[in-house]
Amino acid sequence: MIDREQVLHVARLARLELSEDEVQKASGELSKILGHIETLSALDLSAVEPTAHVVDIDSALRPDVPHESLPREVAFSQAPDVADDGYRVPSPQA
Amino acid sequence: MTEFETVIGLEIHVQLKTRTKMFCSCLLGFAEEPNTRTCPTCLGLPGALPVANAEAIHLGLLIGMALGCELAPRSIFHRKNYFYPDSPKGYQISQYDEPLCGAGELGGVAIHRVHLEDDAAKTIHGGSSGRIDGSTTSVVDFNRAGTPLAEIVTEPDIRSAEQAGEFLRLLRTTLKTIGVSDVDMSQGSLRCDANISIRPAGSTELGTKTELKNMNSFRFIEQGIRAEVARQVGLVRAGEKVEQETLHFDPQTGSLTSMRSKEEAHDYRYFPEPDLTPVTITPQMLERAKAALPELPAARTARFEALGLHPDTAKLLAWRPELGDYYEQAAAAATQADGVAVANLVANELLQRLEADSDPADSKVPADALAALADLVAARAVTITGAKKVLDQLVAEGGDPAQVVEALGLGAVGGEDELVPVVQAALDANPDIAERLRGGDMKPMGVIIGFVMKETKGRADGKEVTRIVRSTLGL
Amino acid sequence: MSDILDLSAAQAIAAIDAGELDPADLFEAYRAASAAEDLGALSWVADAAPADLAALREQPLRGLPLAVKDLFCTEGVPSQAGSKILEGYLPPYTATVVQRLQDAGSSLLSKTHQDEFAMGSSTENCAFGPTRNPWDTTRVPGGSSGGSSAAVAAGLAPWALGTDTGGSIRQPAALCGIVGLKPTYGACSRFGMIAFASSLDQAGPFARDVTDTALLYAHMHGRDPRDATSVGLPEATVLPTAQRLDGITLGVPKDVERDGIEPGVRAAFDAALQTARDLGAEIREVELPHAEYGIAAYYVLAPAEASSNLARFDGVRYGLRTEAPDLLSMYTRTRHDGFGPEVKRRILIGTYALSSGYYDAYYASAQKVRTLIRRDLDAAFADVDLIVTPTTPGVAFPLGSKTDDPLSMYLEDYFTVPFSLAGVPAISIPCGLSEGLPVGLQLAGPAFSENRILDAAFALEGALGFDGSVARKGGAA
Repeated sequence: MIDREQVLHVARLARLELSEDEVQKASGELSKILGHIETLSALDLSAVEPTAHVVDIDSALRPDVPHESLPREVAFSQAPDVADDGYRVPSPQA
Repeated sequence: MTEFETVIGLEIHVQLKTRTKMFCSCLLGFAEEPNTRTCPTCLGLPGALPVANAEAIHLGLLIGMALGCELAPRSIFHRKNYFYPDSPKGYQISQYDEPLCGAGELGGVAIHRVHLEDDAAKTIHGGSSGRIDGSTTSVVDFNRAGTPLAEIVTEPDIRSAEQAGEFLRLLRTTLKTIGVSDVDMSQGSLRCDANISIRPAGSTELGTKTELKNMNSFRFIEQGIRAEVARQVGLVRAGEKVEQETLHFDPQTGSLTSMRSKEEAHDYRYFPEPDLTPVTITPQMLERAKAALPELPAARTARFEALGLHPDTAKLLAWRPELGDYYEQAAAAATQADGVAVANLVANELLQRLEADSDPADSKVPADALAALADLVAARAVTITGAKKVLDQLVAEGGDPAQVVEALGLGAVGGEDELVPVVQAALDANPDIAERLRGGDMKPMGVIIGFVMKETKGRADGKEVTRIVRSTLGL
Repeated sequence: MSDILDLSAAQAIAAIDAGELDPADLFEAYRAASAAEDLGALSWVADAAPADLAALREQPLRGLPLAVKDLFCTEGVPSQAGSKILEGYLPPYTATVVQRLQDAGSSLLSKTHQDEFAMGSSTENCAFGPTRNPWDTTRVPGGSSGGSSAAVAAGLAPWALGTDTGGSIRQPAALCGIVGLKPTYGACSRFGMIAFASSLDQAGPFARDVTDTALLYAHMHGRDPRDATSVGLPEATVLPTAQRLDGITLGVPKDVERDGIEPGVRAAFDAALQTARDLGAEIREVELPHAEYGIAAYYVLAPAEASSNLARFDGVRYGLRTEAPDLLSMYTRTRHDGFGPEVKRRILIGTYALSSGYYDAYYASAQKVRTLIRRDLDAAFADVDLIVTPTTPGVAFPLGSKTDDPLSMYLEDYFTVPFSLAGVPAISIPCGLSEGLPVGLQLAGPAFSENRILDAAFALEGALGFDGSVARKGGAA
């Protein structure tokens, strides 16, 4: 039901590298889980409104008042690679 | 050969002038040291949550009102999922199918929608960090991440590069007037993408569109659109197809390059942002926005035109709020000069003498001084030629116009008593010309006027001289 | 010292107030027990009592030690959410709920292991090893808050914080023979809780009894301006006092029979219902026609939200990074190396369910089922005060017995998930033993009915007389 190609496509969207073994396994497991999920299709949902939030709160807004930002050294303390006062990452193309 | 029609839609991103970011309380950061305006929320730290800035909603409503948009009583935020180092959460919080503002119109261009979202961080490619392990690197600064943005989307209503530029100028001045943004393209507080397609004239179907990204001046946008339209027409005439793609315009070389990456087509996996509740617009919020809305440039232009101002002058004054304000102050202070005369003095004379884009209120010629000068002209106490000299002096040194007129000896020779003898002397000195004038040939009148001007050091009014010549000669 | 570890939190507070117990001694006794634990329940234990213990003892919670699930951010203390991708991560801020409890006089004693990013029902999906059930160390403590439930059951802490997304407090509470409360969605701030599924996650308390549960909970909830979805509760939490259930109507879902409940669990459940009747409660059948779709809806919504919530773990600003020559490989390898199999599975499901062309069939449908389940519960709560079910279909299962069958693990949440989807509060209290292992009874009520739930649970607890001390003495085995 969800084939190898689909697994690879979704994994790429999710930025997940999968080993060959993981791809094999995922295809079977996901099919089984999605099979269960598809029991939902037994319901006629055409006239039902979706629920995005269970609590009815509207406009939980914040006043435009500043707080202290994090000291840079605190923010950087957990970063894997810092250079030139910024977070260093490899460029998009090698 | 087939004629083509150009179809352009614009997407404009405007950084809103709040104090703090869209979803956290960090001060907005532009010129600060990199990564000094961040917190758990705008850095996307684990466990941190967004809360929407009430002021950003207010500014969004102001934009909606200024663009005559339908305002949604309830709007919601979605997550737009994509991976990039400038996206700290792995998604942008934006509005998707229920935006804050719906259809509107500005300057004859239909607005599709206006919605709110958070800005991305800045990625500096390459840089001094250079290469590590044989690969190039980038460095990310999250100060900008989370800056509130309004995205304004037009319908594909625009038919030329010029119209696009005209619309953008009106939009910019409108946004500036309502005070929601610095709208400075060079600083990135106003950014514009253009969707461009062509179709045979008369066709109603839309052709394949391309997207021109991130052009940083109105001039480049117009140039970019022209270049892209020419490229598309060239392709179609050669029997080739326009491909849907994103393009970058290089104003240096005038060339267009495709930004198409090897990535698969984007699949943003939008879904309602579960961390935020819907935004409901209350009557109080609408009241507040309405009260904060000043007269808009388009309305001001129309009002100035109704006063009799030339359309170009009206637009010039109305599209720059500080000019409009200066003009209105001067017009109100003037007791004899009419609004048109004051407008012309501001637009045609004063502005020529000031630095481009400067506010005349900051010059040495306050509005009431300009009004006084206009009154002197209206009272014929100084000629327009004299007034220009007075203005030169005022711009350079400041001062009271009447005193400057006096000091420079530019007081107009107004009365007949003074002018009649001079005119008579002119006719006497040029008998042949006097003869031609008497015979009905008015062409050499300038010679007489020139003589009088010379004699009066330019203080005489040309029209008055003509009148006296005619009466002297019995015409 | 072992006798002071037998005190409930309320008893310890009374002893402190009577001058018979020093909070520093209590802290040290728990600290020593925690440092020596061999259940794999704790990811971090404090070296010493907080420096401000003297000030804390003046507060309502008197400096009592607190165990906190790993996924709550605690400033300067490892907060890893059970994941290798956050191994050793030290947050620069503290979660609101933890901060509130510290302000109320809690001393941070330990952080507890959990299923990675709260995805699981056994605490086996933890990058730092599984946690064992103190009743039988060959069995799981439940999950995802299994470290917290095991710690409380084993007497490593008087009480603990957990989180519940689809059952992650109630199920481990049931399997460890303690009390666990999942509050109304929005009652407690989520700020600082490393997110699994934002529209479902709620913090909640674990304790040995209902009184302690209410006591801890009283200092957790409240509106937080940093969480737009938090509302707090309309009324303060009142310590429960009910002895009887006269005038209370309990609803038992009609289909509860057919849902694969183990016989021992069924027997304990039936006995608990009889106890409720004896206390004066009326038992009535209620219909929840869409409850059976709960698991399917949940396993769309939760992974979908998780796939997005976990996108921030990209090796840029914090956490694990696997170096690679280009950006895409850095992302994919970091996430490959940092996430465990269950997390990957759910990211894949969630990404699939949100992807172009599938959104309506999966995500939108699941949200609609959520509406139907809310309606079912609204109708039921118009008829009964509370709904009762077994918390789980079975008792604690052996380690490893369900790890190869994700779907069977998901069905652990069968009874807990519908209330999560509707955002209503539910508690699990121990109601007896089956095969020598604890059985949980779930009591759920309408939104904001925590006081009613706690009161009914207290009355039942008194009558049921469950003895949880077995686990603190080293288990039944």
